[in-house]
Amino acid sequence: MTRSPALAAVSAAPDPATRPEIIRYENVAKAFGALQAVTDINLTVHEGEFITLVGPSGCGKSTLLNMAAGIFAPTSGAVSYRGEKVSAFNRKVGYMTQSDHLLHWRTVAGNIAVPLEIAGLSKKQIRDRIEDLLELVGLKGFGDNYPNELSGGMRKRCALARLLAYDPETLLFDEPFAALDAQLRLKMQVEVRRIATQLRKSILFVTHDLDEAVALADRCAIFTSRPGTIREVLDIPLPPDRDLFHLRHNRDYVDLTARLWDEMAPAISAEEH
Amino acid sequence: MKLILARLAILAGILGFWEFASGRLIEPYLISKPSLIFTTFWNWVMDGRIFFHAGITAMEAVAGFLLGAAVGMTLGILLGRAEKLAELLNPFIMGFYSIPKIALAPLFIIWFGIGLEMKVLLTATIVFFLVFLNTYTGVRSVSPELVNILKLMGANERHVLRKVVVPSAIVWVFTGLRLSVPYAMIGAIVGEMIAANRGLGYLLSHSSAQFNTAGVFAALVAIITLSVLMNTGVGVLAKYAMPWEKAQKNREVSI
Ligand SMILES: Nc1ncnc2c1ncn2[C@@H]1O[C@H](COP(=O)(O)OP(=O)(O)OP(=O)(O)O)[C@@H](O)[C@H]1O
Ligand SMILES: [Mg+2]
Repeated sequence: MTRSPALAAVSAAPDPATRPEIIRYENVAKAFGALQAVTDINLTVHEGEFITLVGPSGCGKSTLLNMAAGIFAPTSGAVSYRGEKVSAFNRKVGYMTQSDHLLHWRTVAGNIAVPLEIAGLSKKQIRDRIEDLLELVGLKGFGDNYPNELSGGMRKRCALARLLAYDPETLLFDEPFAALDAQLRLKMQVEVRRIATQLRKSILFVTHDLDEAVALADRCAIFTSRPGTIREVLDIPLPPDRDLFHLRHNRDYVDLTARLWDEMAPAISAEEH
Repeated sequence: MKLILARLAILAGILGFWEFASGRLIEPYLISKPSLIFTTFWNWVMDGRIFFHAGITAMEAVAGFLLGAAVGMTLGILLGRAEKLAELLNPFIMGFYSIPKIALAPLFIIWFGIGLEMKVLLTATIVFFLVFLNTYTGVRSVSPELVNILKLMGANERHVLRKVVVPSAIVWVFTGLRLSVPYAMIGAIVGEMIAANRGLGYLLSHSSAQFNTAGVFAALVAIITLSVLMNTGVGVLAKYAMPWEKAQKNREVSI
């Protein structure tokens, strides 16, 4: 995560079609036994693209991320990563899962150290990196606490720090900021956007927060309820280096959010029987 | 502090009643009496006999314990990670497990003689199964999600083993170890009672053969002391190996 102005300039060209594709879902369907979780998923994520996924609970958003990570395979159709079929454990992706899955026998610092230890960094490098990350996610002073001594939001932040600790090419986020307060959430959103633009990461980001879905995304995929499929992919023509702090006053943003609310409204009123 | 005083009071009550009952309510050759037991024990301490015998028993129990625990943990982790192999071997393991291990003592005497080895191996066999089965269960119950998360981070089998499997199975391992302590003592002492001329088991059967009831009780006191020491050792080790358990205990219960 070195700040590199050169890279930031390159990513200002927001023409996804010309960039190489990273993840491609082709007619993907996934059933768990008799339960059809998702059908007919067609979606392509290009390099450096930030895609948010919104849709009713249980429509298969997490399922989609799991397939990109190679946790399980689709029942039919194909999920490919850089043109190759995703096989078990796609190590090119970093995955922040919906539940935090921290190692409860390791302290916060110990948890963040896991990917760094696997990467074979030296003790000193790991320590410095952890200091930076704790600062970044606002957990300074909690490095020596065990996960069961933290609040839900703090655990999430620890999982986020663990994900940011190493440098995977593509990031999968499953409702990462759901448990955070407004201020911290904004700080984290800025950080994720910065990573996306400066380091040109490709990102799939599940959220239930429609404002967040617009604020962060280059494109926003809207799901139907189960069996889930992508109803529409909304283009978000906000600039890559958008200023999240003042987005609330941005006309395009306001219009887009209103549009997304309208899109979601039928699904919401359908859910209320 | 109050707790300790209450416990001491109970102990004093029992010993007092025992001292009183001996010779008045019950024949002294059946239950001896605390003062006599203490005298016997003190004499053994003074002539060093108790240290010699206890030392031998402790050596057998500890060596057998360590050997059985090491093999049990290793095999437990290996088979826990190799599901197919575990399924293949399951009937054999359960078959051996169902043998009362003490019944193997005569066979062990034929194989290993009546020396130290036989008691160490008998103890190790008993401890092995307890530790093995607990470790195996622990490894099987490792959260597959955590293993997946680590594999996504690029972990190989060695990383998974060291960072997830062993730490999450260790609670189970220590359950096995704690259970094993009294059984380790059984192995060593029964081994000595069957065939030996030293050790606390020998002291026990020797005193009994001479109708020295006080001696029998004094030997029992030594055995209890040894057990408690070993238990404490395992407890200290557990605290050291699982520092997060302390955080768990200090935490107030919430949901
Ligand atoms: N591992 C699994 N085994 C069996 N069924 C599953 C599994 N994972 C998900 N499902 C089912 O698939 C459907 C989609 O689940 P998924 O977790 O993808 O939903 P989601 O869109 O992420 O929902 P939410 O917004 O509530 O997190 C659900 O009905 C769920 O019950
Ligand atoms: Mg989900």
